[in-house]
Amino acid sequence: MYKQIFNKYSPEKENLIYILHEIQDNHPQQYISEDAVTEVSEYINVPRAHIYGVLTFYTMFSTKPRGKNIIRLCESPPCFLKGSENILKKLRETLDLGLNKTTKDGMFTLELCACLGVCGNAPVMMINEDVYGNLTEDKIDTIINKIKGEAK
Amino acid sequence: MKFYRSHILIGIDNTSLEAGVKEIEAALRTELDKNNLSDEINILETGSFGYFGTGVSMMVYPEQTTYVDVKVEDIPEIVEEHFLKGRKVSRLILNTNLLKKYNFNYKRRIVLDNSGKIDPENIEEYIGLGGYEAWEKALINLKPEEIVNEVKASGLRGRGGAGFPTGLKWSFTAPIKAEQKLVVINADEGEPGTFKDRLIMEGDPHKLLEGLMIACYAVGATKAYIYIRGEYKLCIERLEKAIAQAKEYGILGENIFNSGFDLDIMIKIGAGAYICGEETALIESMEGNRGEPRSKPPFPGVKGAWELPTVVNNVETIANVPAIIKNGAAWFTEHGVEGCTGTKVYTMMGDVNLPGLCEVDMGTPLRTIIDQYSGGMKDDRKFKGALVGGAAGVFLSDKLLDVKMDYNSLEEYAAVLGSGAILVMNDDVDMVEMLWSVIRFFRHEACGKCSPCTKGNEVLYTLVSKFRNGEGCEEDLDQMIEISQAMLDASFCPLGQSLIMPVKSAIENFREDFLMKIK
Ligand SMILES: Cc1cc2nc3c(=O)[nH]c(=O)nc-3n(C[C@H](O)[C@H](O)[C@H](O)COP(=O)(O)O)c2cc1C
Ligand code: SF4
Ligand code: FES
Repeated sequence: MYKQIFNKYSPEKENLIYILHEIQDNHPQQYISEDAVTEVSEYINVPRAHIYGVLTFYTMFSTKPRGKNIIRLCESPPCFLKGSENILKKLRETLDLGLNKTTKDGMFTLELCACLGVCGNAPVMMINEDVYGNLTEDKIDTIINKIKGEAK
Repeated sequence: MKFYRSHILIGIDNTSLEAGVKEIEAALRTELDKNNLSDEINILETGSFGYFGTGVSMMVYPEQTTYVDVKVEDIPEIVEEHFLKGRKVSRLILNTNLLKKYNFNYKRRIVLDNSGKIDPENIEEYIGLGGYEAWEKALINLKPEEIVNEVKASGLRGRGGAGFPTGLKWSFTAPIKAEQKLVVINADEGEPGTFKDRLIMEGDPHKLLEGLMIACYAVGATKAYIYIRGEYKLCIERLEKAIAQAKEYGILGENIFNSGFDLDIMIKIGAGAYICGEETALIESMEGNRGEPRSKPPFPGVKGAWELPTVVNNVETIANVPAIIKNGAAWFTEHGVEGCTGTKVYTMMGDVNLPGLCEVDMGTPLRTIIDQYSGGMKDDRKFKGALVGGAAGVFLSDKLLDVKMDYNSLEEYAAVLGSGAILVMNDDVDMVEMLWSVIRFFRHEACGKCSPCTKGNEVLYTLVSKFRNGEGCEEDLDQMIEISQAMLDASFCPLGQSLIMPVKSAIENFREDFLMKIK
């Protein structure tokens, strides 16, 4: 199932993080399933426990199904100073969603994260690979509506 | 070479990409075409200009007009007014009063001298400004030990946080006989509030590569890695392009400049963990493991990735190397102060007028940095304090505004320079809230390997939360300092050891804020 991805990387442990990144990015629910872990474990010949150890260590990986759009709001001090708490509240209300939860339609998952290195534009969040900065409550509406609109 | 009457520099970085810079640039090209101006006016993509919060910025040379927050709708007006009629569009010009308050300091820049000026995706522009001359000089005219000695003499110290002398670090690895040695660039940049390495890599990726090449030759490494955080997509893209270009030009690869020296540079991508910025954790992560720190010794310089001698240096550190080799150590030491030579790149955030980055001489006091390089305090509010050095930094009070900012001077006040992140806070800010946010960060980022850190963070978080809820008492303050002191003594790695800095400085310098919360 993951042949195409495996073909790109030699079966060495040092490629584990790359392979996991690609598997996750290519899964419509942006996570790494048990089956995937088994296949990777066979491909690079490391125990499944090692792979789970790695998966649970890095915040960018998930072992549970997630939404199409992963919102990662920065909660580090510079963004906190610029009101990330209000943005979080607004996101929860707008999406009617708790932290680390996914909307029923599978559109959004809401997560918190540490500094994204874009602090000059605090408060900041990423949705999948895109950065959104200088966030305000109004801007949240616009961004979320735009994504919902594109999905239609 | 074509002669253009004007050049339009468009800053491409995360901010402007988000603001739709690509569409704006396309609109600009179309509009120039429509007016038959494409042969006269050149569009250049460059890195960030250094200040933030202004959407898409463009700078027009030679007149040096800066337009900010440009939208697609503004393009016809800009082309018509500025380029056809020669009149500036004043409503889009960066507030000149603000700009007057901003000192770009290009004259003293070492690391960022090209940023915002050249097209980072074009190796010829870098070469045109003297790029890769130092590499050629190093490889053809200098012996590895001469380079190590020059870097030693320059007094360059690591910019990743700890300030370890770079030449000295290299001198440990250089004499080791090994089949393979490695140099690893630490581009994990996870210290909250730090984004200087991102801007160096986005704005001038070849500078990092050139420094890295020199470092490899100096210590005898034929393989190098750049370990970069997964979120820095634009950096990864630009570095990949830069590596490909350098190979194409024979600057990198096999038998470089006919010297017999081979070198290969690869990029490794992280997956989001602050602790992976610590050099031994970074090495674990490179090998495909959980990013937990190793015990030292052995130091990575002796036994690092895959047990090979591995020199780990920060992006900014290495970006200083080309200028040192090209201009000499004596030239370098004209910058900065004794014991802390050169410049420092700071990322300025919080309640200042122009958040962004600046590069100034080591030893420049915080007051000067805020007033001259960050546009002063926002809304002329009163300065209350600054968190300097990221989360693993210290809360400075206004008493230290005039202290020289360098590793040695700050140490006298039990403060640190760290990564160069400066979060400025006005008199509205509640330090209890800020300390809570810092501890929350550490509590989340502790890797779980040792209990002093894991448990210590838990208790600190509970205690600081008490103050937030108005349930704290004075003994809790003493206890917080005691716990962080115990973490300093007993934690396995510098992460757990660093809580003492923010905790102690917040409580000692801003005790009032905590006492006010006691019912
Ligand atoms: C928790 C922790 C996080 C760190 N994060 C970084 C980082 O993001 N970038 C960096 O260059 N150094 C970081 N360091 C410092 C590195 O361990 C190491 O000292 C540095 O990369 C050496 O390079 P330099 O001598 O050029 O500064 C971190 C250290 C610790 C303890
Ligand atoms: S001090 Fe903290 S980060 Fe360092 S090894 Fe211990 S638990 Fe991990
Ligand atoms: S603190 Fe939020 S992006 Fe850096």
